[in-house]
This record gives sequence, C-alpha cells and structure tokens, in this order.
Amino acid sequence: MRTAPFEYHRAQDLDDALEWLAGDGDRDVKILAGGHSLLPLMKLKLATPTVLLDVQDVPELRGILLESGWVRIGALTRYVDLTRDATVGDSLPLLSQVAATVADIQVRNRGTIGGSLCHADPAADIPAAVLALDARLVLVGPRGERRVNLDEFTVAPFLTVLEPTEILTAIEFPIPLQSQQSTYLKRPHPASGYPVVGVAITGDASPHEPLSNVRVAVTGIGPKAYRAEKTEGTLKGQVPTPELFRAAADVAITEANMSDEPDLSYREQLTRVYVERALYQFYGGVA
Amino acid sequence: MMDVLGQPVKRHEDDRLVRGKGQYTDDIRLPGMVYAHMVRSPHAHAKIKAIDTRAALALPGVLAVYVGSDLKDTVGMIPTAWIPPNAEMKMTPHPALAYDTVRYVGDGVAVVIAEDPYTASDAADLVQVTYAPLEAVVNPREATESDKPLVHQEIPDNVAFHWSVGADLDDVFAASEVVVRQEFRQQRLVPSAMEPRAAVAQYNPATEEMTVWTTTQNPHIHRLLMSGILGIPEHRLRVVAIDVGGGFGSKIACYPDEVVVAYAARALGRPVKWTETRQENFIATSHGRDHVQEVELAGTRDGRIEAIRVKAFSNLGAYLSTAAPGVPTILFGLILNGAYKIPQASVDVYGVVTHTTPVDAYRGAGRPEATYLIERMVDLYARELKMDPVEVRKMNLIPHESFPYTNPFGLEYDSGNYEGTLRRALEMVDYPQFRRDQESLRKQGKYIGIGFSTYVEMCGLGPSEVAGAVGFQGGLWESATVRVHPTGKVTVFTGASPHGQGEETTFAQIVSHELGMPVEDIEVVHGDTARIAMGWGTYGSRTTVVGGAALHMATQKIIAKATKIAAHKLEVSEVDVTFEAGQFGVAGVPGHGMSFASVALDAYLAWSLPEGMEPALEATAFYNPKNFTYPFGAHVAMVSVDPHTGDVELMRYIAVDDVGNIINPMIVEGQIHGGLVQGIGQALYEGAEFDDQGQLITGSFLDYAMPKARFFPQFETDHTVTPSPHNPLGVKGVGETGAIASTPAVVNAVMDALAPMGIRDIAMPLTPIKVWNAIHQQGGI
Ligand SMILES: Cc1cc2nc3c(=O)[nH]c(=O)nc-3n(C[C@H](O)[C@H](O)[C@H](O)COP(=O)(O)OP(=O)(O)OC[C@H]3O[C@@H](n4cnc5c(N)ncnc54)[C@H](O)[C@@H]3O)c2cc1C
Repeated sequence: MRTAPFEYHRAQDLDDALEWLAGDGDRDVKILAGGHSLLPLMKLKLATPTVLLDVQDVPELRGILLESGWVRIGALTRYVDLTRDATVGDSLPLLSQVAATVADIQVRNRGTIGGSLCHADPAADIPAAVLALDARLVLVGPRGERRVNLDEFTVAPFLTVLEPTEILTAIEFPIPLQSQQSTYLKRPHPASGYPVVGVAITGDASPHEPLSNVRVAVTGIGPKAYRAEKTEGTLKGQVPTPELFRAAADVAITEANMSDEPDLSYREQLTRVYVERALYQFYGGVA
Repeated sequence: MMDVLGQPVKRHEDDRLVRGKGQYTDDIRLPGMVYAHMVRSPHAHAKIKAIDTRAALALPGVLAVYVGSDLKDTVGMIPTAWIPPNAEMKMTPHPALAYDTVRYVGDGVAVVIAEDPYTASDAADLVQVTYAPLEAVVNPREATESDKPLVHQEIPDNVAFHWSVGADLDDVFAASEVVVRQEFRQQRLVPSAMEPRAAVAQYNPATEEMTVWTTTQNPHIHRLLMSGILGIPEHRLRVVAIDVGGGFGSKIACYPDEVVVAYAARALGRPVKWTETRQENFIATSHGRDHVQEVELAGTRDGRIEAIRVKAFSNLGAYLSTAAPGVPTILFGLILNGAYKIPQASVDVYGVVTHTTPVDAYRGAGRPEATYLIERMVDLYARELKMDPVEVRKMNLIPHESFPYTNPFGLEYDSGNYEGTLRRALEMVDYPQFRRDQESLRKQGKYIGIGFSTYVEMCGLGPSEVAGAVGFQGGLWESATVRVHPTGKVTVFTGASPHGQGEETTFAQIVSHELGMPVEDIEVVHGDTARIAMGWGTYGSRTTVVGGAALHMATQKIIAKATKIAAHKLEVSEVDVTFEAGQFGVAGVPGHGMSFASVALDAYLAWSLPEGMEPALEATAFYNPKNFTYPFGAHVAMVSVDPHTGDVELMRYIAVDDVGNIINPMIVEGQIHGGLVQGIGQALYEGAEFDDQGQLITGSFLDYAMPKARFFPQFETDHTVTPSPHNPLGVKGVGETGAIASTPAVVNAVMDALAPMGIRDIAMPLTPIKVWNAIHQQGGI
C-alpha cells in the first residue's frame, strides 16, 4: 500500500467513537476528519495509525448552533460550510473570512475546523480566528468534558493537550457585540498556499474613537499561533493614527517567539508589515 | 467551405482529453499485467555494500526483485545521444540499475515486481540496501575544483566535456572603452509535466516482439536507443505513446525505468506497468537549466556592443542524459549574441557532472540560458552608459535589411524585422508615460520598473547535415504520410509526436487547406512506431516547422497524382486541370469537373488509371529542413516592487512575437501563454535547491513554487508576420518563445524598479526574501 496497513472503522456516534479510542491500548487509533492533513502524512508513512476511526457520521460533531451567548460549531464543520453558513456569516464574519482563505475549493470541501485545530500546524489559518474571537474548545473523553482555550490546547507544532482517548467535539465562540469589527490579512506561501503570516484583528471600533476590546492574533510566525497581547495593549484606548499602527507593529515583533527561525530578520519584517497593514485594513473596514 | 488555415479552430484532441477519455500510459490495462516499483537511493553518493531482497521476496504477491547485477550482462548502458564536436566528451557509464555506486538521490538500485502496485510499493520498502555514504558535490563550478569528490572515476575534475567556440578576445576587451562584467546563476528547474512518467511493457515470446507504451516525446528515438540497450532488433520493438500529458523536454530522454520494465516483462513473461509518483518525478525525471555563467561585454561609450565573452559551467547531473550535452553547447553557445549585431563573440562551456538528478532539455533548452544572459547584459551595459535600454537595443538590433544575417558563430538567421516588433511593443506600452509615472511614484516611495527582451531564438531543428556536424546522434528531418481513403477521407501519419501542442488540429488544418476538405474528415495519427515508419519526435519547436513541412510535401504529391487521374478521367491535358476547394475542374470549361473524393475512389478502383500509374492514393514525404528557423520578438514586463516585503507584482506583460505564418492563432496564443508562465516562473518563483549532501530540499509542491494562474495579469499579445523564406509553410515555430523571452524581461523590470537603490542583479528566482534582503543590504529605503 502507499500507507502502512491499517484497519478502518466508521463510528456511529460519540460513544462508539470514544469506545474505539479507549480501545485496548495496543492499537494506535487516529481520528479521520477531512483527511487533508492526516492522509498526506500516512502516504509519506510519517503517520502510521493501525486503526483509522472515521467520525463523519458522528452527529455530536456536526452542526452550527446558536445558543445563548455562544455559537457552537461542531468540530466536523467543513471550511466550505463556514464560508456559506448564515449564522456564521452574521455572528462571526471573521471566521468565514478566514475559512475562505484556506487552500482551494477542493480542500475547503473536505477540511474541517476541528481537524485544523487538532493537527496544530503552526502555519494554519483557523487558529488566528479562534484566538481573535476568544473561542474555547470542547474536549470529550472517558472522564467527561473539559473546555480549554486555544493557547492552552496547542502545546507546540503538531502537539496538543488532547489525550489519545479524547475527541474535540466543538468550538464555542462567544457572540461578539454588534459593534465588533474584524479583519484577517494573510500572506499565502507561493507554493503551498499556507499562511507565511496571517493577522486577525477584532475590536470595537469606529473612526476617530478610541479602540476597545481589541484582540490581535498572529499565525504562521513562531511555533504556534498567538495573541499579541502587548500589541493589543498599545492599541487599547487609542485613536487610530498611522503612528499608532507603526508603534503597534513594532511591539508585535517583540512578542513573536521566533528565536529558532531561519531568516529571522525577514520574518520579523513580515510580522511588522502585516500587523501594520492589517490595522489599516481593519480601519478601512470600519463603517 | 471556409478555408481554415489561419483560423482559431477548436482543438480536436481536447474533447477526449477534457472528458477523461484520453489514453495515457497509466490508463493501459493488459490481461495478466503486474506492477513495478523502483527502489531508489536515498544518498547522493554512496557505495552499495549489499542488497538483501529476502524480506521483499517473502511478501505474498511479490514475483521478483531485480538488482543491478541481474541486468548487468544482458542490459546495456543508458547512452547519451549528443556528442558535441571537439569537446573531448567522456561518457558517463549509466547502468539501468546501479550495481556498485549510486550517484544521485533517486538513482535506481532495484525493482520490485508484484501482482498489484501497492504490494510492489510495500515490498520496495523491505528491500534492504546497505550503503557506505560518500561526500557529494552539487554545484557545477565547485565540482571542477581539485579537492572535490568525483562523480565518475573516469572523469577527472568532473568535467565531462569542454566545448569552446570563437577566437581569443583579450585584445578586443583590452582596447574597448567600456567593459561590463556580471556573473549569472541560471537556477535549476523541475519541469513538472502534469502527467508523471510511466511505462508498460509486453513481450510476446512467440513472435519475440516487445511492445513498450511509454511517456515519450519521441517514440522512434526511444525505439532506436532501447533496441541497442536491450538487444532487441528494431523490427521487433514497438514503442507507443498515445496521449502524453506534457513533457517540456523531460520526456525526450530514454530513462533507466522503461528499460528495466521491458527487461522485467521479458524475464517474467507478463506485462509490467510502472508509473512514477510525483515525489519520484521531482528526483528521478530530468531537470532543466543550472548554469553558473561568467559574462563580459565590451562596447563603445556611445552604445555599440563590440564583443561578448562567456564562460559557463553547466550542471549535467550524475549521468549524461539523452540530449543533455547539446543543450548548453549548440543550443546555447551558438546564439549568445541574441538579436544584436555583435561582431565578436566567444564561449567556453564546461559540462560538469555532479551528484544530482540528470539535467536535460527543458522548454527552450539552451536558448533561455543564452537569451537571459544577453538581454540582462544589454541592460547592464545601458545602465553603465546611463543610456536608455531601448535606445541601446535600437542601436544594436540587426536591421531588417541585413537578412539573411550570419552571426559571429556562423548561424544564418533566416529572416527578421526586429525593429518592427519593438516598435509595436512600444506602441502598446506608452513608454514615455511609463517613465513619467515611474519618476513621480519614486518620489512617493513606490517602485515600478519596466523590462525589455528583444529576443531571437533558433528552432525547427534542423538540417540533418547540421545535426551530424554538431554531434546529434540522429537525423532531424521529419516524415509524413498522407493516406487518402477510397471515400476521400484522410489519415495523416506524422513522425513528430505532439503531446499537448495541438498538432492533431493544426496538421488537419494544413491538409484541409491544401486538399479542400473539412477538418473533421482528417485524422492525425502519431506516437506509434508500428504505424509510422520513422520520425524524430516533438521538441525544439520543430513539429509544425519540420513535420508540417513534410506534411505539405506529402499533400503536394497527392495533389499531383490526383490531378493526373482527374485529367485522365476528364479527358483533358493535365495542364488544363484546375484544383480548388476540393474540386477538380477544367480551365475555361465551367461546370466540367469532378470532386477530390471521386478521384480518390477512382484511384482505388483502378479500373481506369493513366498508363503506368500505380493504384491507390497515398504519399509519404521526408522533409529535411534547409536551415533552422528564427522566431523573434519584443517582450515588455512592467512590475511594481513592494520595498517593505520584497514582493514583485507583475502589472502588465506585453508579448509581440513573430513566429512567421500562423496556422491557428488560438493555439499559438495558448503556446505563448504557457511559455510565458514557465519563463516568468523561472524569474520569480521556481528553483530547485540541493543541500550539501545532495538532498533535494524543494522536493514537493509544498516547497517548489509552481506558478498559479492567479499570479499573472492578462497577457497582452500581438504579432508581426515575417515568414521563414526557406520553410514551405513560412512558419517559424512557437512552442518555446514565451519561455525564452520572458525571464529576462521580468528580471530587467525588477532591476529597473530597484535601480535607485543601486541594485544591479539578484540571482533568480527573485523571491520576496531575496529582493528584500537586497534592498535591506543597500540600507533599505
Ligand atoms: C493542498 C492543501 C492545501 C492546504 N492549505 C491550507 C491553508 O492554506 N491553510 C490552512 O490552514 N490549512 C491548509 N491545509 C490543511 C487543511 O486545512 C487540513 O484540512 C486541515 O489542517 C486538517 O483538517 P482535516 O479535517 O482534513 O483533518 P484530518 O486530516 O482528518 O485530521 C488532522 C489531524 O487531526 C485529528 N483530528 C481531526 N479531527 C479531530 C477531532 N474532532 N478530535 C480529535 N482529533 C481530530 C486527526 O486524527 C489528525 O491527527 C491544506 C491542505 C492541503 C491538502
């Protein structure tokens, strides 16, 4: 085979899936969502699960629900759904905007929000939206449910706190205030299309008014996507000016954990430029 | 019926291709067929200590594992087919499977044959090869230094050949007013045809016939070479390429893989199929370009170029691939003066072997390397003189009244109007306005630039006498057979082997025009040595120029014979017979005549033919071109450079080409667009890189930036028409012009944009990081 040999199981519901994950310990069970990260790794034999647990029929992982104060998005929701769903479009336009920048339509038709977060690629788009919208992840395991934010969830490149027996079932987004504005600015890699740097900004803003509730999330730079909190501090309560944007951008590079990266000064420069340009774009989009 | 010559007739082949009905090599399924998977070296240079195949053979479904020593006594070396004259070329013994040393990552060491492709791939992982890794060398100039590891013990300094042309120019350079020097790096490119390579071999022990279906641009060359390698006489060896999904030169070569597959099919008595993966395509299918060039140009202070002198180190990879030695010599060195009347020129080429994937022709093959060099040098010279690059071009272009023009290397440029294409391009861009905009934008910290490339190239390869003189181990004529059926419909058999270029359509247009019948009634057959007696294939923009000319000649023979039959039938003298729009008539006798179809029927019935005439209506012609053809043009790129990110945005691209007469403008346009994308891809995006150990670090489309449609503006194209005087159709060839012309136009534009910062050159591809670093090193903006 192109992959190492594996068994395929299609889970019927969450309990069934959890049971398979709990297994008997000898088996390396991997959840299959959209397969657009996992299958390429399997074909390179970099991932060699012995059981592929297909969760596409698990109802608990599906759906986009408007609950009081929250939008609950099932982990299995595909990018294409995020770009087309009316609830997401109305309440979380940033998430639709970010999803629309992922890869091409073929990938968006298969790839899922949960798969992207669990894969924990440091160059992925979705984490920027999840951080900037301050969402939390719902993890279900044999000992029940827990909720973590993305910073806690992602440990390092391709590593999360998810236990082998746990499933990410949903991502819960607080419904933003009506006044929230948002934007995403991405620099796609010319070959892969993955973000070299992506900057998402949310905040309550109007021109000539001080900025509040601002969140700046950066992806593609460093070992994992991060909230640029000092940058946010620079912006908070300030009236937008080009000098402010420049100052915020200069702060942003001090927050990036980039010490190990090749081409450090260029990546710093990109971070600076993209934070600054994202701020212009953010204000350009403010009504 | 409308004359279709010069019309944008839709491509006949597309209906089957876009509907998934094409017949690619991998689509072939034969009863009892089994599958091959190659075991390839993970090291760029290593001794093979031992190969243990037991675990692989033990896997159920595995039929055989062959290693180099199994093939050694019965399978010959993979040869090269181009031996440049006076270059003391040394051969690189290239076994189909390596048996003691591996010389690049991807070198084949074993093949597994199994009942299904997945088992073959699993078993390949179980073949245990013990290697003793050795030091590798990857850069062509460094490889010639004395302390470097040798790729082949029999080749000292790793120099497989040293080819030079032209006189010693030391005095000219010493006396010259201005000398400009520059080093260029032509980076390595991965051709990346959409269809990877594949081969299916079937051996019939009863007839002792071997059939090989394979992804080739030249089935007859494949047959000739494989016949020698396998010891199967040509009359028992059939090579077939039904549909081939692009080649760009990478499917010219005869590779070890198809030889190994044929060996296995004969050894096992079962048909064997092999299809490479995309990963294999990156490492084991030939690459293109890869030169280090040291260039000097001498000129006067008022803008006249006097001499050009070049020393080039051409990286050939680990083994000399089929056409490889001809590319950096004949196809590069002889046209270094480009479209300019430069009185003196000399060139020195070192053909160097390294521990890398073999390098062979890639769209343009040699001419892009030459064009880039001269077009960049003209700009650097203009900059040195503080003159406008357009003015310097106008002063030095070969004037239209000088054709045929003999260049300093003795090539005779057939026809041209170089000022004409430049004039047209300048009209399309409004050059003075661009310069004004550039000036005012610079004051705002915005950097736009314009770059020109007034190129000429040689194609339609080429007279066979010249092929022989320049060491190509084949002829370069082409064959065509026109078979008119009793119903008057036509099958054309061409020795060219189109694989995406659209000659099933353009050739039908030529016949339609000449015989006056609808294109739907004409079928063009290619790519099968059992159906076509002989031919040399498709590369070097030769198919329409040489194959089309052969077709024209064959059609003329048909008309001549048919005219005799018509005269006989109509009972008039042959000179009174007219032939127009598929209808034979009699001069001065309106209404008296007969159709071409009825002549065809008469030819086959043969109830009453002119005295001594043979029945049937079929003709074969072999066209040996009198000269190369020389398409030319003026390309203009307009870019804007973001100094904060190093991003280059192509704002406009204007291509004015003169490819002689145009048979199908839509296909010509498509060829130009495709070529532009590849040429601009080289300028801005593509580049294969090896690390010091010879590992390809750009080994997938995650890292190797294949250009996407969205990277480009709408191309603006136009033509002038200067027919080739010696080609019967007046055509010049169009397959490579875009890839040849565009690379320097874009780089010249970027350098023009960055001129205020004092940046002269950046090595390709001009990726944002390199551009930003260059700006940064100059102190930023
Ligand atoms: C050509 C191409 C281009 C791409 N471009 C981009 C891009 O521009 N930007 C970008 O961000 N991404 C890009 N991607 C990656 C793409 O977004 C993937 O689809 C995504 O990273 C993974 O989602 P998936 O649903 O396909 O997950 P899968 O591949 O099915 O799974 C990924 C990992 O997550 C685990 N997993 C999945 N779901 C769960 C769950 N609910 N609970 C626990 N574990 C789970 C799996 O076991 C596996 O380890 C690209 C991919 C391709 C093939």
